[in-house]
Amino acid sequence: MDKAAEAGRKGQDVRSDCWIKITPKNTGGIQLNSNSKVGALFGKSIEKLVRDGLDFFGIINASVEFEDRGALPFVIMARLECAVRRLNLDNGKEWLPEIRECCSYETTRERFRRSRLYLPGNEAKFMLNAGLHKPDGLILDLEDSVAPSEKDAAQLMVRNALRQVDFYGAERMVRINQISQGLDDLKYIAPHNVHVILIPKCESGDQVRQVDAEIESLLKQKNLNHKILYMPIVESALGAIKAYEIASASPNVVALTIGLEDYTADIGTQRTLEGKESFWARSQVVNAARAAGVQPIDTVFSDVTDMDGLRESVYEAKSLGFDGKGCIHPRQIQVINESFAPQEIEIDKAKKIVLAFEKAESKGLGVVSLGSKMIDPPVVKRALQTIKLALDTGKLEPNWREGGEHHG
Amino acid sequence: MDSKLVKNAIGRIVPTEVNGKQAVPFQGVGKYKPTGKKTAPPVATCADYPADGNKIVADIKTALIKAGIKDGMTISTHHHFRNGDLVANQIFDAAAEIGVKDLMWFPSASFPCQAPIIEHQKNGVIHHIEGSMNGPLGDYCSQGKMRGLGVLRSHGGRYQAVQDGEVHIDIAVIAAPTADPFGNANGLTGPSACGLLGFALADSQYADKVIIVTDNQVPFPCVPWQIQGNYVDFVVVMDKIGEPEKIISGTTQITKSPDRLLIAEMTAQFVKDAGIMKDGFSFQAGAGGTSLAFAIYLKEMMKDAGIKARFVRGGSNQYLVQMLEEGLTDYILDGQTFDLDGVRSMRENPGHVNTSPFTSYNYHGKGNFASMVDAVVLGATEVDINFNANVVTHSDGKLLHGIGGWQNCLFSKCTILPIPSFRDRIPVIVDEVTTVCGPGELIDVVVTERGIAINPKRTDLIDATKNSSLPIRSIKEIKAEIDEIIGSKPEKPKLGDKIIAVVKWVDGTILDSIYQVQD
Repeated sequence: MDKAAEAGRKGQDVRSDCWIKITPKNTGGIQLNSNSKVGALFGKSIEKLVRDGLDFFGIINASVEFEDRGALPFVIMARLECAVRRLNLDNGKEWLPEIRECCSYETTRERFRRSRLYLPGNEAKFMLNAGLHKPDGLILDLEDSVAPSEKDAAQLMVRNALRQVDFYGAERMVRINQISQGLDDLKYIAPHNVHVILIPKCESGDQVRQVDAEIESLLKQKNLNHKILYMPIVESALGAIKAYEIASASPNVVALTIGLEDYTADIGTQRTLEGKESFWARSQVVNAARAAGVQPIDTVFSDVTDMDGLRESVYEAKSLGFDGKGCIHPRQIQVINESFAPQEIEIDKAKKIVLAFEKAESKGLGVVSLGSKMIDPPVVKRALQTIKLALDTGKLEPNWREGGEHHG
Repeated sequence: MDSKLVKNAIGRIVPTEVNGKQAVPFQGVGKYKPTGKKTAPPVATCADYPADGNKIVADIKTALIKAGIKDGMTISTHHHFRNGDLVANQIFDAAAEIGVKDLMWFPSASFPCQAPIIEHQKNGVIHHIEGSMNGPLGDYCSQGKMRGLGVLRSHGGRYQAVQDGEVHIDIAVIAAPTADPFGNANGLTGPSACGLLGFALADSQYADKVIIVTDNQVPFPCVPWQIQGNYVDFVVVMDKIGEPEKIISGTTQITKSPDRLLIAEMTAQFVKDAGIMKDGFSFQAGAGGTSLAFAIYLKEMMKDAGIKARFVRGGSNQYLVQMLEEGLTDYILDGQTFDLDGVRSMRENPGHVNTSPFTSYNYHGKGNFASMVDAVVLGATEVDINFNANVVTHSDGKLLHGIGGWQNCLFSKCTILPIPSFRDRIPVIVDEVTTVCGPGELIDVVVTERGIAINPKRTDLIDATKNSSLPIRSIKEIKAEIDEIIGSKPEKPKLGDKIIAVVKWVDGTILDSIYQVQD
């Protein structure tokens, strides 16, 4: 029997994906049998892409079955490459879609990380429009949302998505697998303009440094030297104990977050709505993060239908000291962003600082002062962000300098 | 049939003859004004009808025979039962038993439950269908298998065609949830209650013979008489005329798609930011999931701003009923009822008003409601960069939907199409629509998840929203973004030269042709 490999998914319910089965032969050229839901409009270009891919990997004799359910070219490319890899015929080659211009912006350490939306890394259909919902960050997940047998497929899908999918200004994040399995994910991610890597089930500073070392070597190989930031996730008793060690393990750590499903299981209990069981760990994460100068970010709120509960939970997180929260549904984003919006008292303070800063700038002064107090540059930066956030969320009118009032 | 093809005023190639009758090519919006007298049904004499008012006959077959069914006649039905209709198939089964051929079926719309009609097309009982074809019937027509040309009309256009004599109904069969032996009927009560029977109004007034079919006979008088017994020839009573759970259809589920919710929210925000949402305003939203979500978002915005509408046009459903009951609108002017709350409200609330294509949409009326509505929210399968829109075919050329009231609603003061910019890989915003159903000059705003495009003709709307935080962009810019995502230019679908159906404009002229799909 011929050795065959398949990749992707097929069936009536599948959307924006495709399925391919390659059976290499000794002779006979490429026997391509393809059909597509969008064949009337894209049949020829799809067939050409599949043939180009086989050609790229030097496969000249094979029978190929291909079923398309409206997959975009980068998805077709990832599925084809996955099947080729499963046949061990890739010879270490990567079939990369071009990097679209919209994928090449940068991030900053200081940016807001109020909302971050998790997207299953092996599902293209959720990725295409996710950025339109304006999360601060979008996470392509290689860990829990991907079945163990599809980890290789997801690596290619995420890699191609990083090169092709417009995140519409959201921070570009990937959650890798737990260390050390997760180290293998990095080569599909690090060279493709990822901004933040989430390190799950992190239990030591050493794990963070392993990521650091691996990334450094990967970027060096490709002659790249951009900064990649980390957001380790505390998900165990040990992780919680070592929170500060983790948060301060590398200058690239930008935020520390917590995953409560795994954490509560690890301490031998269950997650409750009230959350008494995780109060200590959450507070520990806030304190460790603040002590290390990184952002403390809360866990996800998993009831996607309960918007009032979500709002309450954001208020509570904010009161504990968190700067952000995770989400698993796009409709949660707006609620989270709004609920993290600055309060009146914060806005008032920020306005004074920004006005003083602008005044000092216009006079060419290097030092900003408010009354008799000197203001440090990071405080100014923070105040500018507060104003931006207030403007973003409609808490402040664009003409606030002219005495425009902000809304409660 | 030797029909010429000509280019009409919107640049589409259309036949000059349809099913053996002369056809007028589209001349422009509001340009075609036929003269003469409206059509009229034959003179009847009450002496010919039972003095005791009992017009009940044994069954549909008997009624059809008594109505004088003959080869080549036109038989009409309404679609208030949507996909739960049990009557249409029985009419043509009876016609087959009688042995007549070459009938024209003139439904106000057809649904997948009427797929057995395909058999009656094959066996010659039905020659062709003139009416919206959804699902399998549209597919059959698309493949070029129907004998005559399909004629797609709007709800208003159907009234126009009946009233100006373009279509002569020989026998109207009106399924009625409640009726008395005299033929007075309504849709308010009974196991198949559907709210109202407005789509059958023209049929009752203009057909040569009118048959009422009911499964809920009540003693005279059946009030209110949405259909008046004075127009009715025969009444048939049977066990079951519809499947209630399918009459109250699934099209009234709010979308769960986050992208569509975003589009719905942006649409409501647009209506607010453009200043349309003000005290005493009016709007209409269709039955699709996005339109429903729009109504819900708008309702919240109205509540927050303390604003009340004068009237809302239905397709009514529980959400519009809530608005009426919460005092957020004075009236629902209802053309069809989509759920049980709508039926109940119409039965109980004097502010929930029964309307018909005559009051709302008719080209030959002395005005109609459609142009008085401040904003209407409609769907589309495609929109092009000139804002022309398609609702009947898909980009692969297949005929899959009817026009419904869509064309008529375009006359609203602000027509908004909330649509995804692409579906799977198929672009919804295109260079040129596959089929023109609505001329771009009547389409004001296209709302996609990637931005809102305002028709450049509507400088007033552009001005009104220039300080809005909404992502307002040109339609070409949105299209360019989608083209980049899709990755390669769509091929032209393979279509045959054979025209299989035509799209009529609201005035009865031919707006566009639909071609056979090649396999």
